Order: sequence, then C-alpha cells, then structure tokens
Amino acid sequence: MIWQVALGVWMAAVIVASFFYIPAIAGFGATGETARLIVYHVPTAWVAVLAFLMATVQSIRYLQKRDLNLDRRALVNAELGMVFCVLATVTGAIWSRAAWGMYWNWDPRQTSIAILLMIYAAYFILRGALSDAELRARLSAVYAVLAFLTVPFLVFVVPRVFPSLHPNLGGVEERVSIMSREVLVVFLASIAGFTAIYAWAYRLQVRVLALHDRLTRERGA
Amino acid sequence: METKPSSLLRRALAVLQKDMQVEFRCRYAYSAQVVFAVTTLIAVSFSMGGRLADPDVAASMLWVILFFSSMTGLSRSFAQEEETGTILALRLAADPEPVLLGKYLFNAALLLSLTALIVPLFLVLAGVTVAHPLGFLAIVFLGALGLVGGGTIIAAIAARAAVKGALMTVLSFPIVIPLLISAINGTRLTLGGEAARGVLPDLWFLFFYNGIIVAASFLLFEHIWD
Amino acid sequence: MLGNRIEVRNLGKAYSRRPLFADISLTIPDQTALVVHGPNGSGKTTFLHLLCGLIPSTTGKVDVYLHGRALSPGERKRALGLVSPDLRLYDDLTAAENLAFFSAVRGLAYSADEARGVLERVGLKVRGHELLRTFSAGMKQRMKYACALWHRPHILLLDEPTSNLDAAGVALVWDIVEQQRSRGIVVIATNEREELRYGDQTLVFA
Repeated sequence: MIWQVALGVWMAAVIVASFFYIPAIAGFGATGETARLIVYHVPTAWVAVLAFLMATVQSIRYLQKRDLNLDRRALVNAELGMVFCVLATVTGAIWSRAAWGMYWNWDPRQTSIAILLMIYAAYFILRGALSDAELRARLSAVYAVLAFLTVPFLVFVVPRVFPSLHPNLGGVEERVSIMSREVLVVFLASIAGFTAIYAWAYRLQVRVLALHDRLTRERGA
Repeated sequence: METKPSSLLRRALAVLQKDMQVEFRCRYAYSAQVVFAVTTLIAVSFSMGGRLADPDVAASMLWVILFFSSMTGLSRSFAQEEETGTILALRLAADPEPVLLGKYLFNAALLLSLTALIVPLFLVLAGVTVAHPLGFLAIVFLGALGLVGGGTIIAAIAARAAVKGALMTVLSFPIVIPLLISAINGTRLTLGGEAARGVLPDLWFLFFYNGIIVAASFLLFEHIWD
Repeated sequence: MLGNRIEVRNLGKAYSRRPLFADISLTIPDQTALVVHGPNGSGKTTFLHLLCGLIPSTTGKVDVYLHGRALSPGERKRALGLVSPDLRLYDDLTAAENLAFFSAVRGLAYSADEARGVLERVGLKVRGHELLRTFSAGMKQRMKYACALWHRPHILLLDEPTSNLDAAGVALVWDIVEQQRSRGIVVIATNEREELRYGDQTLVFA
C-alpha cells in the first residue's frame, strides 16, 4: 500500500515539476513552453515499446510451454502497451503541432510509433477473430513474435529513407540533446514513474483476469 | 511399402504441384489478383495522368498496387484448404515444413507472374523511363519475394481464424511496411536515375528482410500448423 | 504385440464453458477394435480427433506406442489412417491424383499399379481418372478409405464408417475392419447400435 501512495506522490511531483521547475527550452515553438511535453511523450513511448517487448517475451514462453497463464500475461502487456502507445502518439502529435506547426509529418519517430500502434491494433483484431482459447493464444503469440522481428528493420530503413522523402523537415531529431540538468532530472523521474505505473497496472490486471477466468470455470462446472 | 525418408524439397514440390493443379483447374487466385491489379492500375493511371511519370509518385503507386494485389492472391492457398475442408487431411498427412515451403513456392510463382504482367503494363501507362533496368528488376524481384514471405505466413494465420474480409491485409501491413518503404525507395532511385550505388543499401535491406522473414516463418509455422 | 497400443489417461475435453467429457482412461491393445458409441454431439468425433492429436486435450493425455516406443505428436498423425465425415479430399483432382499427392507429401513412393490396386480394393477401379467432384457421396466415402489405407497404417480410425454407403460398401467396410484388426488397431465411432458387436472394447458416451 505504501508503494502505491509513494508512487502517487512521486507522479504528482513530476507533474508539478514539469510545469514549474523546468524552464522553457528555446527552439520548441514560439515560447519554448511545449518542451514540457518531453516529460509525458517520451516516457509513454518508452513504456509502449517496453510493453511490446514483454508481450513478445511472454509469447515466446507461451509457445514453448503452452501455459495459458503466459498468454494472459502477453495479453495484459499488449493492452497496456496499446494504451501507452495511444498516449504517446497523441502527445507526439500535439507536440509536433505546437512546436513545428503540423500534427503529423511522418518523421522517423512518428512513423515508428504509428506502426507500433498498427501492430497492437492488428494483434487485438486477430484475437477478436478467434474464439477458441488455445488457438487464440497460439496464433496471437506467433503474430507478436513476427511483428517483433520486423520492427528492428524500421529502425534501419526509416531514418535512411525519410530525408529524401521529406526534405524540408530536417531539424526534428535534435530535440533530445538539449536537456539541462533540471529537465534531465524530471525527465528521468517521469520515466521511472511511468514504468512503475505500468508495472503496477500489469500486476493488477493479470490478477483480475486470472480471477475472472477462475470464476468462469467454476461457474461452468 | 516402406517409408523412405524423402527430402523436404521433394515433399514441398508435391504440395506445390498439387496447388498448381488445383489452381489451373479453377484459377481462383490468379484471376482474382490479376483483375484487382489491372483495375487498380487503370484507375490510378487514369486519375493521375501525367503525374505518374514522376519517379517518386510512380514508385509509390506501383507498390501500392502490388501490395493490395498480393493480399488478394496470397491468401488463397491456405484459405482454400480451410474453406474446402481439405486442411484436415493435409494436417494428418504432411509435416509442417514441406507445407510451408510448398505454399511459399506456390505464392512466389503466383505473385512473380503477376508482377511480370503488371510492371511492364505500369511502365507503359505511367510513361516513366527506367534509368537503371538491372537495379530496377532486382528491387522489384526482391520486393515481390518479400511480399510472398510475409504474405505466406500471415495467410496461414489468417486462414485459421476463418474470418472473411480484410484480416489478411490488417495483419500483413505492419509486418510488411519496412519492406514496402525500402522497395519504394529503391524503385524511386532506379527509375529516377541516381547513381547505381545509391540503391545498394535498399538491395541489402531487402535481401536481409527476405532472409529473416523466411527463417522466422519456418520456426513459427509448426505452431500454427499443429 | 505388446509394443503396439494406445493408452488414454484421464482424458478430458471442454470447450469454453461446456465440458464434453472427462476422465477417460483405457488401453487399446494391439489387434483389437474399440467401438465408441453415443448419440450425436456426445463427443465421439472429438475423442477420435484427440486420439489423432489434431486438437489439444483439456486434461489428461493420449500416448500411441509402436514397437514399444511412444510416438511424437507429428509421428502419431502420420502413423494413423482416418475416415471421417469432416475429412475432405481434393475435389479438383482425380482419384489417382489425390492418392499420388498424399503419397508424395508423406514421402512415400507412388506407382500407378499400386494405386489401381487400392482403388480396386475399395471398389473404385474404373474411377481412377475422374475428378472427385464428380463422385457421389458413397464414392467419396470409398475414396476416403483408399487414402486412409494407402500408407498401411497400424491404426485405423473410423468415424461413422458406413455413412453414405450401400450394402456392398458396408460389407467392404467390415471386411477392412476385420483385416485391420488382425494386424493392427481399429477405433470406430458410431451411433448405430448394431455396429457395437464389432468391438472388443466399448466406450459409451452419454
């Protein structure tokens, strides 16, 4: 219980600090105030990727052991990952608009987060199309692994191709290098906080689903 | 008669031959994708007119047409087994590896023959000249093969879901995007006439993508097939 | 032979909330026949599919032993012959082409003579080069026997073995069953009461 309260206080501090402690950073839009979004956008993107990694790990373990508990864990990771991915995409779009004038410009980061969002969506659409629990677990695990294997290719191809397709948008990569000490501290605290929220939500949701499954089984017998 | 250990290739070729025989007799997959590809090509050419001669535009449009056409054609080989109910007999008689390899070869034959038909047609209608023919052919070949690789394993997954409609496309797109980006870029370069060496990164990329996707398919397919 | 048998231990299957059957344990020895009897929907076909390894069990397991060795799931599928209403063959191929395909994909040698022999056994001698699409239901059933027997499996699984067959076909089936029983294992699933007598063991689904 104490940890949850501490986490609540921690995140409240992070939010307050993002508005009052961090100075505006020149170069991000007219007033530089939008730089504060870094405290929200990057950590959520980080968690979205972390959740995908964890979902893939659980999927591989499921294929090895065929234990449906592992499928449940993969599913929860995907659910949380999707939520954080939506948050990351939206905060990224808002930031892009506020700082550079347009919501979407297909720069490498935006492209990657959009594709991650599509992977999550496809994963859930696949699961939705399957009613048999074992088949659903198996096929979605295979898909997760397949998607995970092709994602690194994005890291190599998009930055290489992007400049030639969008020649007028050169400067969007430089933003993360201009972090002063204040910004760095709050930024790292935010990453830690969001990761803790994800871990907490993960554990809770896995327990909820496990209880739900048990209840369904016992009612049916 | 005894069970002689028969090579993977020979058993895969049996699957390929069977699919070819069935396809020749009803021509579902080939017709569907040709009709789709030609219709889309005509629509694109008509509506874009002279703008299609720009290498950037032409490259994108070509791969859009090929991607969506492949979705119609590549799903057939597995979906047909499920629809006609022959999947049960196949699962009992065949190991997963020959089935995957056989279906992959069948899909490759299907898509490469479509590509051989559509690409020249496209070049003629678009009025775009190919600055580096060899590079262009290599990119188109490797790109199409990549679509086959991704499409075959995804078709195996989608077929088991027994749901009609766009499941194949929805599942394929995220997997195949890196391939499409690189193929479009390579096509753009070989149409537009940049230095020949500029297209090498894309060729390497496509080569490795094909390798990874085929290797992953072989490792994962038994979990779908089981 | 003691080394050839099917062992079923605590086998159970449930779909989502609906349990089909639970806790079935039995051994099917070599050179015997098991008849599985019960009304439609009671789980006979599911039981056969579990024996094949086509679907996973909810509880318990099935082990198939040949020459004293437990077969892997893949080997098990390859070692059986199945005739079942939900088994479909390739309508766009001829009878001979179907046999040739299943033979080749199993990695077995195929000869036209042998194919003719099997087709004759099941009473389809003159139909070798006709598309399965043109076959009647009874002929297709006979064709399923041809494909199930081609690789001379040690274990034969028959789900509703006499469906769609005329009197001659029924006689053929019981002839095949007798022959298979004398050198291997047969499992028959049926809802016909009079077919119970073919079994050395009976398993009844309620």
